[in-house]
Amino acid sequence: MQEVKNRALALLKDGTVKRVLGWRIGENTYDPEPAFFESEEDMQTFVYNNFCAANLSKYMIEASKLEGKTLVCLKPCDSYSFNQLLSEHRVDREKTYIIGVGCKGKLSIENVKRAGVKGILSVNDTDPLQVETLYGNTEVSYKAAMLDRCHVCKGKEHVVYDELIGESEDTSTADRFAQVQMIEAMSPAEKFAFFQKELSKCIRCNACRNVCPACSCRKCVFDSDKFDSAQKANVDSFEEKMFHIIRAFHVAGRCTDCGECSRVCPQGIPLHLFNRKFIKDINTLYGEYQAGADAEARGPLTSFTADDAEPSVVAEGGTK
Amino acid sequence: MSVNQEFRPKIVAFCCNWCSYAGADLAGSSRLSYPADVKIIRVPCSCRVNPMFILRAFEKGADGVILCGCHPGDCHYSTGNYYARRRMTLLFSMLDFMGVENGRTRVEWVSAAEGVKFSTVMNDFVEKIRSLGENVRLGDLRCKK
Ligand code: FES
Repeated sequence: MQEVKNRALALLKDGTVKRVLGWRIGENTYDPEPAFFESEEDMQTFVYNNFCAANLSKYMIEASKLEGKTLVCLKPCDSYSFNQLLSEHRVDREKTYIIGVGCKGKLSIENVKRAGVKGILSVNDTDPLQVETLYGNTEVSYKAAMLDRCHVCKGKEHVVYDELIGESEDTSTADRFAQVQMIEAMSPAEKFAFFQKELSKCIRCNACRNVCPACSCRKCVFDSDKFDSAQKANVDSFEEKMFHIIRAFHVAGRCTDCGECSRVCPQGIPLHLFNRKFIKDINTLYGEYQAGADAEARGPLTSFTADDAEPSVVAEGGTK
Repeated sequence: MSVNQEFRPKIVAFCCNWCSYAGADLAGSSRLSYPADVKIIRVPCSCRVNPMFILRAFEKGADGVILCGCHPGDCHYSTGNYYARRRMTLLFSMLDFMGVENGRTRVEWVSAAEGVKFSTVMNDFVEKIRSLGENVRLGDLRCKK
């Protein structure tokens, strides 16, 4: 997407923005990383391809503290996160120039591997993907290589932007809550076994917390110096034992369901399931709510109605 | 599961200062009995209870946790219990989602005049926890067993 790069460069050159927040080309097509670009020279390594999955909105918290405007490239789902941060006064809209970039669903190299491809040497981001491997060339369909979250995309409309570049394509094909419903239907023992299997993989690397745009406290409970943070997984503090549920609760009502937590988890834990469970409950109990859709809206956990459902009613499966 | 008569559950009851704690007081001065397994923690208002308090109680070995506050509409700070109600609803639902029996958690509204209600609620809750037995799943949600 040369267009995004050209436009960003033009805005950088004419002084509209001081820096550009985008993706820098990695060693391969599939590993671009978030980066700031401050000069024309820097901008040579700028890239926007279909592997640029990282949500850049969180970096705007720090960028908002810097001098001058920052140009940020936001995909449709990232714009929700940005809007949510805006409503929490964590980012400065005045200091932000948003290019809403088009999205046709983002790819993941993990999914290419999952499709059974081994010894990957290079890959492009076309449909279908042309993969060069140690054992010859092969093809993987775009859909198979797409991130799981893109199959349940909440829409390709940007909720906040200064200008839009590039086309989007609807990629949602599945029900967002299907997996949550499947777990809800299990018996308590099965549920517990399911989560035991998933959560026991956790190495407490904090990647999910660091990437999450909703996790933006300046001082985090998981960084307490009361326990040894160097060896988290081995530590028996309360925060460590209850990490996953605490993390999920801290973002309840504010999570836009961008799916970054599950994308970055090196252990492949489906962390988004916790967030989605909260979203599903909020939707059924307190009315449809999409965090970040409206920067003026009151969050479901900072508001109430006099006739909200009682916990005991909900426990029995009721909603009123 | 067979009911173990010897099992004495540990129950933590968070009671708001203005209604439920006074309700507990009234139960006492009216000589109504409830099991000594219930340990009351007084909080200024039900919404003082961070969902993590509930989890912390379980982590420290509680078998059941109950939160008591003023009736909706009667909160001393006018709206605290409405917020608490949403939070607890979501938390309990999440515990259920993770396969932890949701009978171990409860919210009850008890006014300062409801000594009788306080003692029935506590008797009932202790009975429930006795039938569920000891809490094992909520000690450590890292699930490293
Ligand atoms: S003071 Fe009793 S619930 Fe708020």
